[in-house]
Amino acid sequence: MSHNAAVKHAEPATKLFMWVWIWLLLLTAGEVVLGYEQYPVKLMLTMLMSLSVIKAGLIMAYFMHLRFEKMKLVLTLVPALVIILCLFSIFFFPDSLRLLDLGWGR
Amino acid sequence: MSDAEAKVEALATGEWGGGSFPYAVGSKKFGMWLFIISDALTFSVLLIAYGYLRLANKNWPEPFEFYPSLVTATVMTLCLLSSSLTMVMAVAARQREDRSATVKWLLATMAGGLAFLVLHANEWLKLIGEGMKPFQNPWGAPLFGASFFTLTGMHMFHVLSGVGFLGVVAVATARAKFTSEDVEICGLYWHFVDLVWMFIFPLVYVMSIHHG
Repeated sequence: MSHNAAVKHAEPATKLFMWVWIWLLLLTAGEVVLGYEQYPVKLMLTMLMSLSVIKAGLIMAYFMHLRFEKMKLVLTLVPALVIILCLFSIFFFPDSLRLLDLGWGR
Repeated sequence: MSDAEAKVEALATGEWGGGSFPYAVGSKKFGMWLFIISDALTFSVLLIAYGYLRLANKNWPEPFEFYPSLVTATVMTLCLLSSSLTMVMAVAARQREDRSATVKWLLATMAGGLAFLVLHANEWLKLIGEGMKPFQNPWGAPLFGASFFTLTGMHMFHVLSGVGFLGVVAVATARAKFTSEDVEICGLYWHFVDLVWMFIFPLVYVMSIHHG
């Protein structure tokens, strides 16, 4: 009885995970197309990072089950990571964009 | 019971008093989450170092052709994403107490990880064969080798450890040991390894395609 209930419960979840997987593949395909087309570096970086953040969000929310955990677990883990990444970026972007505008990197 | 005793009782059984799990997850799972956050920062530092070196060097190499390098990297991405899906299936199978299905899905996940490793090692050997070394390469900025090998090597090491971890969990599951939480924790680690690749793939491969 309980086994059947678990199986019934598992089916919609399997479908959901399949959909997440398909979306992840589609977003990856989008990145490959961008690689083929090649846009200016800032635009390229913005588009690629946006796609990657969406993919990371999908993986964390569904595959890593964070969407189904208590909100306080999410609030303990995710903001700390985001704040530290923002601090990294504060040091990274001003200097790197200056170098880019000087015509250095590509 | 006195007032003071009632207060102590309320603390001990309360959510933040140690009487229950405040996050509604076991301590092992929470420990894995903390490890993942710290490991995410390690990889962020490596990626930012890679980006910084790239911008600070005028002649950063772009050795990856669309075919075969980017196509191979895409297949590697497919391997990791699919292995994440099979890992989810393993966790689901373990939760409904289907141990044999769990082991099968875990083995499928390991196969995905091993396929990734073989393809990646092949890519490394190709680059090394073309003359790429940590501090020297035939295309340009010498530090390209060091940053590329460190970043992707660290990730490969994580995949390799993950395959070992999956193997241990698979054997234990087959021998009717380990709880479904243990399988889930292994899954968290595996998805994290997949997640890191979602940043390495665009930043290292897609951004460095050689356009002759």
